[in-house]
Amino acid sequence: MFEIKNLFVNYGGIEAVRDISFSVEEGKIVTLIGANGAGKSTTLRTIAGLVKAKSGTIEFMGEKITGKDPASIVGKGITLVPEGRKIFPDLTVLENLKIGAYLRSDDISKDLEWVYSLFPRLKERSWQYGGTLSGGEQQMLAVGRALMSRPKMIMMDEPSLGLAPLIVRDIFSIIKEINKEGVTILLVEQNANMALQVADMAYVMETGRITLSGKGSELIDNEDIKKAYLGK
Amino acid sequence: MEKEKRNNLIMTFIAIALVYLVVFILELTLRPTSIVFTVLRKGAIYSLVAVSMNLLNGFTGLFSLGQAGFMLLGAYTYAILTIPTEVKQSDRVYRYYDAVINFDTGVFVALIAAGLVAAFFAFLIGLPVLRLKSDYLAIATLGFAEIIRAIFQWDVLGPLTNGANLLREFKDLSRITLPFSDIPFPPTLFVFIVAGVCILLVVLLINSSYGRAFKAIRDDEVAAEAMGINLFKHKEMSFVISSFFAGISGALLAMFQYTVQAQQFRTMLTYEILLIVVIGGIGSISGSCIASFLYIALSEWWLRGLDMGTFLGINAPELFRSGFRRLVFSVIIMIIVLFFSKGIMGDKEISFERMKHLFRKKRKAKGADA
Repeated sequence: MFEIKNLFVNYGGIEAVRDISFSVEEGKIVTLIGANGAGKSTTLRTIAGLVKAKSGTIEFMGEKITGKDPASIVGKGITLVPEGRKIFPDLTVLENLKIGAYLRSDDISKDLEWVYSLFPRLKERSWQYGGTLSGGEQQMLAVGRALMSRPKMIMMDEPSLGLAPLIVRDIFSIIKEINKEGVTILLVEQNANMALQVADMAYVMETGRITLSGKGSELIDNEDIKKAYLGK
Repeated sequence: MEKEKRNNLIMTFIAIALVYLVVFILELTLRPTSIVFTVLRKGAIYSLVAVSMNLLNGFTGLFSLGQAGFMLLGAYTYAILTIPTEVKQSDRVYRYYDAVINFDTGVFVALIAAGLVAAFFAFLIGLPVLRLKSDYLAIATLGFAEIIRAIFQWDVLGPLTNGANLLREFKDLSRITLPFSDIPFPPTLFVFIVAGVCILLVVLLINSSYGRAFKAIRDDEVAAEAMGINLFKHKEMSFVISSFFAGISGALLAMFQYTVQAQQFRTMLTYEILLIVVIGGIGSISGSCIASFLYIALSEWWLRGLDMGTFLGINAPELFRSGFRRLVFSVIIMIIVLFFSKGIMGDKEISFERMKHLFRKKRKAKGADA
């Protein structure tokens, strides 16, 4: 469904991504894990069209999307939940969700119901300003906002960043739930333990390269991974 | 909920209609030279340009300082188009040049043209300038306004702009009539109608999905882009629309002043409007309107006595002389900025819903006391 071949990206004057290739199968949860500065976020930003690739190709549903602008990539069905949530603080929760559906011209009421049923908390607070929500609620809003574009594949950049462990668990159970409803998920995480538990397939990135790959359940038992990322 | 909303909307319309009725009655009863009309007219014109600046600075997050330039374009377009052809061909206005535009149009056409010319220039300037961010955008737009002012005084453009000389005898506020007749139209009401319609259009725009996209860009550009909002396209749109209304307000200002000269559109004018936007609250349309009328009333009317020797019944010609008004005015502005750092309204709007809320709160507080 989604495939990256020999992708190189320069970002901020350095070669942030060097020759990576990986693929995502439809309906699966795929995770990229790795330390700070490994190039995970840059990879997601490149797929979303926010950063231009130096070379390599990105294909989605058999179509080349390398070099397309962010709007047309969202239109094709790939939406990014940015790192650090980045909700719109001075818009209400409802307005935030409507922005997620900005490119759509059809009826959004059904999707709004769906998002509210996934996150009942957002429905209670639909008239509140985004900036007044707690960290966990903001993350829910960021995910809900992305779902409003009715994506085929949703990319999440560190959804557990800065959240309490209990809330992180909530977020991950929601990720699984969204996946069950048929949305493919590409997840970038530093919280390798949680990410590997939910992922069907995992790739480990180090300084711009993919150094290891395998099923999530396999990598969780891998000695090197344990030493480097799981603190065991 | 829905019903309450509809009731509030109806109440708002009634309140606005009342304001227009009061303006109309004032024009029937007061002396036409009364200071009240100066304040009302200038207040309404400044409201429109402040709202147009707020659309850009407050709702799209683009810090632009080109407002005076776009007002100048609007003012000149309006004046040039409405000077009657026979006046253009005589040497009453174009004394040193032969006017190139040898036709004249009606008030309505000229007003729209004033907006369109300003919007067209905004479109061209926006192409390079809107790729800049924050301070750099402010500097570039400020520079544009200054350049436009210099160009309009340029000798070579004399046949079009009359060089550095005045443009007059165009259809100013004393010359507007009811359509297809010679009956004069009440001038203050005319300004209120034009400004009111334009502000209403801005309000509708802000509450549309485009307005939501503007606010999203203001809040977080990266997130907005990731949601599929084309940043440049929406910034350009906001810039062009804002300039369109700045152009119309420039035309109204020309009608109000009876003459047009490039010298009137200095950077000071932009700063005045920025001050109004900040005092009223960045991101509040009603705040901009209230602040405009307050600002004009204070500077043109209520504080006049400070320059003329007698203020609030106190006669002190030694202290209250020319220039003292400016001093007091600056102190007032400092107080407002210090104690109302988000402006009078913040980013809220006046509405019946909010007023009801306030009253309920007060009543509750009273009940608790008893």
